[in-house]
Amino acid sequence: MTDTFHSSKPIYSQLAERIQRQILRRELAPGDKLPSVREMGIQSNVNPNTVQRTYRELEGMNIVETKRGQGTFVTENEEVLIRMRESLKNDEISRFVSGMHQMGYSDVEIEAGLVAFLKTEGEEKNQ
Amino acid sequence: MITFSDVSKKYLTKTALRNINLELSKGKIIGLVGENGSGKSTTLKLIAGLTQPSKGTITVNDKSVNRRIATDVTYLSELDEYYGFYNVGQTIDYYASQFSDFNMEKAEEIRLFMKLDRHVKLKHLSKGNRGRLKIVLTLAREVPVILMDEPFSGLDPMVRDSIVQGLISFVDLEDQIILITTHEIKEVETILDEVIAIKDGDIVGHHNVEDLRFKENVSIVEWMTKIYNQ
Repeated sequence: MTDTFHSSKPIYSQLAERIQRQILRRELAPGDKLPSVREMGIQSNVNPNTVQRTYRELEGMNIVETKRGQGTFVTENEEVLIRMRESLKNDEISRFVSGMHQMGYSDVEIEAGLVAFLKTEGEEKNQ
Repeated sequence: MITFSDVSKKYLTKTALRNINLELSKGKIIGLVGENGSGKSTTLKLIAGLTQPSKGTITVNDKSVNRRIATDVTYLSELDEYYGFYNVGQTIDYYASQFSDFNMEKAEEIRLFMKLDRHVKLKHLSKGNRGRLKIVLTLAREVPVILMDEPFSGLDPMVRDSIVQGLISFVDLEDQIILITTHEIKEVETILDEVIAIKDGDIVGHHNVEDLRFKENVSIVEWMTKIYNQ
């Protein structure tokens, strides 16, 4: 069984984000077929209606395409995938920044902290 | 699919349900939540035609509900009422003989999914496996309405998981509607379409679960706690 969902956020959007991350990590490659609605429901323990909504959502963003009678496929449109990559990055940064702001850190502190963190992490990797 | 118009139910002097109006459409999994004695089980029994309203009317598939509605409704009872001397296979065969819509192939498929041995006598089944068998018997019928009264009650997490998985795998959401009463909200949280809260015989809330999360940023448990404390 996969990770659990946050119970106070819509599950269809959490599932959509999960699929997008799988595409970024290339666990799902462009042109790959997504599991059927019911299979995906069973895999992630989610109501098939919710999976349907997730697929519709991703279709609206052009990230997947539904081919009649064949199923749902990851798009092969590079432009869409680049845009998705950017958008997920911005979402994650926005989450991080708003968390830092809530704790009272200034923009200068956040930036300096991030630079320092990446630097030490880089040095550790090079050792 | 299911409608209640001005339905009240009294047991002698005690009011179990008060002026309930409800409309439920097919293709959904609906959770009925509320404290013990709030009227959840009564609601299911009324839909199943196992008890009659004191006032008002109930229809299922445009038919007025009476005992004969059993042709359209499958009902999983909270109780364990089976013949201990039958084995699993005989119990399934018995059900098939009682309901013309019983799909034997589907029953076998669900039985295998639930890993139940056909030859074990019911009196020797663990409580968890009796719970799993009830799911086999309930879901193998091809009827528009599935009612489940506390299907998780007293069962361990493994069994509860297999029941949830069984629901996702074997319910046909194109044509069926499921109503589940439960205290184990966390178990069904990810599979409900709608939730109805009942308190002292009144419906105090009825929502699409994803809307609830989207608009109010609350989980079902948080929402329920809030309206119960009002």
